[in-house]
Amino acid sequence: MPDTVIRAEKLRKKYGQIVALDGISLEVERGTIFGLLGPNGAGKTTAVKILTTLVRPDEGKVEVAGTDVVGDPVRARRLIGYVPQELTVDPYLTVREHLRYYADLYHLSPALKDSTIREVVALVALAGYEDRRVRHLSGGTKKKLDLACGLLHRPPVIILDEPSLGLDVQVRRDVWSYILRLKEQRTTVFLCTNYMDEAERLCDVVSIIDHGRIAATGAPAALRSQLKGDVISLRIASPEDAQGENLKTLEKSLSGLAIVQGTARDGTELKIYVDSNEIALPQILQSTASLSIPIRSITYSRPGLDEVFLHYTGHPFAEEGQKDG
Amino acid sequence: MAEFVQETRAQLVRWLLHLKREPFNMAFNLLNPVILLIFMGGAFQGLAQDSLGGDYRAYLLPGVLALTVFGNSMAGGIPLLFDRENGVLLRLMSAPISRASILVGRFLAVNINTMLQCLIILGLGLLFGIRVATGLGGVLALLLIGLLLGFGVTVISLILAFVLENHGDFFAVLGISALPASFLSSAFVPLDSLPMWMRVIAWVNPMTYTIDAMRSLVLSGWNGPLLMQMAIALLVFDAAMFWFGGRVLRRHLA
Repeated sequence: MPDTVIRAEKLRKKYGQIVALDGISLEVERGTIFGLLGPNGAGKTTAVKILTTLVRPDEGKVEVAGTDVVGDPVRARRLIGYVPQELTVDPYLTVREHLRYYADLYHLSPALKDSTIREVVALVALAGYEDRRVRHLSGGTKKKLDLACGLLHRPPVIILDEPSLGLDVQVRRDVWSYILRLKEQRTTVFLCTNYMDEAERLCDVVSIIDHGRIAATGAPAALRSQLKGDVISLRIASPEDAQGENLKTLEKSLSGLAIVQGTARDGTELKIYVDSNEIALPQILQSTASLSIPIRSITYSRPGLDEVFLHYTGHPFAEEGQKDG
Repeated sequence: MAEFVQETRAQLVRWLLHLKREPFNMAFNLLNPVILLIFMGGAFQGLAQDSLGGDYRAYLLPGVLALTVFGNSMAGGIPLLFDRENGVLLRLMSAPISRASILVGRFLAVNINTMLQCLIILGLGLLFGIRVATGLGGVLALLLIGLLLGFGVTVISLILAFVLENHGDFFAVLGISALPASFLSSAFVPLDSLPMWMRVIAWVNPMTYTIDAMRSLVLSGWNGPLLMQMAIALLVFDAAMFWFGGRVLRRHLA
């Protein structure tokens, strides 16, 4: 068996005039968690649909565990577990009926069915819920069940589309721990996300996707370390109506400083990219004082995936996400 | 083959659980037939006594049965349209199942449901003192004829589930199909009393053959030529729908 479990080469897909994927290539190693990170509309869902045999690419090749996804979709479907972004559980069934339903769709033998269901129930902490109707479960528990249904046939590859979308903090953490447990069991996880923290926390390798193209690929830490300098985040304390104006004035004046590499405004926050915060901080404080703009808070950090995204795509992540989402 | 049976049984079990947990859905489809049988039967009882010379409710029963079959079969595709709308269908399609199992499982569930509803209507008829002239064998024949009609109509509904944009359109089609299908047949009055243009449509309406055959079983007895006519008409209708459905659905479920 090859060590590369998912291999996509130059995938292209157009919907009418809209280019969803513009020649993306990626490789995922066995037993790792791979993240496709990008804003809504970047092409993530199209990539997932191609991997799950639901859409055929216009051009390019995809292999999952050595099987050509386009050429032999039936075989490929046995090798993947797919959990879509939206909840797909049936409210009328109980948890157990639901798991049996999917166990049959994945052709588990009667002898294996019950023991596998028990294992999966234990993995996602659904014990005690087996005979409850799905209708009466909380959103988080429904998501766990949805996840469980994708694991029943013990596929070598799990594909998760936005696994923590709309979940509360606790369930989100639970889901993350299940994903990490899958990795311990040498399952390969391919996940799509538009959450920076999710990619940072879970993924061994991240590909940043934007406008149907891969902008950068690497371990989150490696991607971050390529970026030199620091990020200073500043909030101002002026009354709400004056905030926008004041922030603009401040941004303009700071852009003139030699030490400032760039700035980005996000609501009431101004991000300032600098070589070194030790030298930059005093100068920034001086500017705000001379413009008499009061500061509410100022913090600095090493660049995160936010900055990595900005660096490789030339535009901030949030802005794009808001436009399309 | 064993895998196909396993998948299809799983789909069927899912829909039968829906039926068990939401019996009210069944009541909804039965609403119109029951109203027709009770109230229309009551209202026209006296009027029809003179012209038809018998119990109008017994005369109406076959039409009501056919309408029950038509309504339930025609609505049969709706859950698949919901599955399509909420992404469940895509998830099912990512599983290593035959696409046909999705259709066959639903098809079986719809027709089992139809049979239960027909039994309820027949039971109601019994309460009104309607005796099927051909006895228990006749009741079985009535159910069988209902199935022959139901098969073709269910296929139409499955096609609609994949061709229509959303469930709003589906409900609109459903709302405007049942009454014309009944009135443009021999459901409520003899064919001879219909105006010519309606009679022409009724002749190509499978409901007419269904109802005529059922009516002879309820009112008089075993009528060989009429049953033969019905069997040919419904088998042609079913075969045409299966052929057409196969073509359309293959494209939509690729």
